[in-house]
Amino acid sequence: MSNTTQLLRFITAGSVDDGKSTLIGRLLHDSKSIFEDQLSAITKTSERRGGMGAVDLSLLTDGLQAEREQGITIDVAYRYFATPKRKFIIGDTPGHEQYTRNMVTAASTANLAIILIDARKGVLTQTRRHTFIASLVGVPHIVLAVNKMDMVGYSEETFDAICAEYRAFAAQLGVHEMTCIPMSALNGDMVVERGENLNWYQGSPLLELLENVVIDHDINTTDFRYPVQWVCRPQTQEYHDFRGYMGRIESGEIAAGDEITILPSGRTTKVKEIVTYDGNLQRAYAPQSVTLTLTDEIDISRGDMFVKSATMPQASKEFEAMLCWLSESPLDLSRKYIIKHTTRVVKCLFARLEYRVDVNTLEQHNSATLNMNDIARVAMKVQQPLVFDSYIKNRFTGSFIVIDEATNNTVAAGMII
Amino acid sequence: MSNQPFTHLDVLESESIHIMREVAAECKNPALLFSGGKDSIVMLRLAEKAFRPARFPFPLVHIDTEHNFPEVIACRDKLASDLGERLIVRSLDGSIKKGTIVLKNADQGRNAFQSVTLLETIAEFGFDACIGGARRDEEKARAKERIFSFRDEFGQWDPKNQRPELWDTYNTRVHAGENIRVFPISNWTEMDIWEYISREKLYIPDIYYAHEREVIRRDNGILPVSHLVQPRSGETVEKLMVRFRTVGDMTCTCPVESHARNAQEIIEETAITRITERGATRMDDQTSEASMELRKKEGYF
Repeated sequence: MSNTTQLLRFITAGSVDDGKSTLIGRLLHDSKSIFEDQLSAITKTSERRGGMGAVDLSLLTDGLQAEREQGITIDVAYRYFATPKRKFIIGDTPGHEQYTRNMVTAASTANLAIILIDARKGVLTQTRRHTFIASLVGVPHIVLAVNKMDMVGYSEETFDAICAEYRAFAAQLGVHEMTCIPMSALNGDMVVERGENLNWYQGSPLLELLENVVIDHDINTTDFRYPVQWVCRPQTQEYHDFRGYMGRIESGEIAAGDEITILPSGRTTKVKEIVTYDGNLQRAYAPQSVTLTLTDEIDISRGDMFVKSATMPQASKEFEAMLCWLSESPLDLSRKYIIKHTTRVVKCLFARLEYRVDVNTLEQHNSATLNMNDIARVAMKVQQPLVFDSYIKNRFTGSFIVIDEATNNTVAAGMII
Repeated sequence: MSNQPFTHLDVLESESIHIMREVAAECKNPALLFSGGKDSIVMLRLAEKAFRPARFPFPLVHIDTEHNFPEVIACRDKLASDLGERLIVRSLDGSIKKGTIVLKNADQGRNAFQSVTLLETIAEFGFDACIGGARRDEEKARAKERIFSFRDEFGQWDPKNQRPELWDTYNTRVHAGENIRVFPISNWTEMDIWEYISREKLYIPDIYYAHEREVIRRDNGILPVSHLVQPRSGETVEKLMVRFRTVGDMTCTCPVESHARNAQEIIEETAITRITERGATRMDDQTSEASMELRKKEGYF
């Protein structure tokens, strides 16, 4: 398995009522990823709580004492399972309205989002909210899981109507890479196995789709972007003059001998070697972590970015962004905050609050501040220029976090427009 | 990434290297927690990949319960010396002598007390970040923990008030006296660890491989006989072929029956096992549903 398996990160959005825990439980159970001791522990707990014979699979993901006591999910839980084709990381997010910030958090690293709906209820406000957030955070693939098909007599007409409504809505948001799957997580239809009840459906069951969806292009493969993390100067006899620039290729690729530009200074030089612990490479690709040596001695430090591209990133002290406010303390427009963008940390202030988006109706409103879970378009100013791409073009060089210097908390997530 | 297929191990490895370099760049005085166990041996290789040809920008630190298997301590010392890196060892016995750890009886399990000595060591050296080899698949409280996990000045983890963690942009900031625990292999599973050990041909303590050992059966588990664990009346000593899936405190770490003699055979066993790593091997995690969460709130890593 280890020679070829890829890693797919996905999130599940939906409420317990939509059968989300049942779906995750079904994926884990049918792919044989639930262990006997886990099953016996949650069986005991289910019985103690007076559950009526059914094992509550949500207990698998509710890891905190408070969650088990209150029967709620507080935070993103990460779960892992594997098939011979792929390894999977599930970011399981709570479905409640107030937890927009958790979905944004989990979605930020996801290749794919499963948005779950109840076939009896169709496209709801929360479906729109989840889809908006997934598109805002640029999750490359969306799967609409129309669950509880058993409750609507496995009706193809019902499924088609829901899909048509959803596709129309998703298209408004610019979501095109999406698949609708009818299923019954409870009975196991179209989750891991096809089952017998949905023979009219021509597509793949969910797991087969998760195993085969093409993710090679989820990372921008054309624009080389390399934020310098750490300057390596061993200062030993053997490596007396060695000066390597360590980092991770966030997008694109690089070869020894390639000409690169160092931003923000704008100086150009060539890559001498691509150094790794396992030997020098001729060529390296995102998302590899490597060390680059250069042909010229140039003053370079953490926070600089190496680029090689027909399309250069922008370098500016002003930009606009979509922001999700994550903190319980509201935004204070009179204060300065800190931005961490790639490997650069700078002071910032909020020049303008353009509008706040109602995540349920997608309507835009004026707003004097931002509270937890608010999503807004803002204009920002930073003390030193940042080197960035638009988030749509590059998830890594287009994103940033906002930190409150007084508390050191992460208070917002931003996506540059 | 068109020419070269990236496997999940390549992606996980690159993520871990990126995390370690962020710690080195942004934290003032970090340390790498290193026990000689398999996960921390993987961490050493990742640190080599992150920082060679230079030395590590942090010392290795081991909080020694004095209840460790001798093979593990020997491996710890060998690897630290082979790499030429600085190893700091602080022992629970030191805290016991000072009176900051008070045991009910001399041979009771010591895992829970590691927090005390760890916090004392953090204070002694002024570490603002401790890099550890914990994984999210190990335990349900860990599944909720951030990669950069903030601890207050009492070393406490507040699971309900964690910093959101987005993309690969990590918030490493702390005030004086506070610190961050960093888990670069958060997203690795037990299987990934074994596949990596096999791929990188890592040297690990040989008690991870099947060997014949004297054991007794106690509290639904198999316990290794040692100077700390002796048969009580009514218990009989058996000789079994076993291996350890985890190596912790000898008084509460159980081996599993196995004939796997190398990493590849362990991978095959791991693929079909029906019991989780900690469920099979750690008696102290089974005392209550929230054992790990409670320990972490007290400063455990």
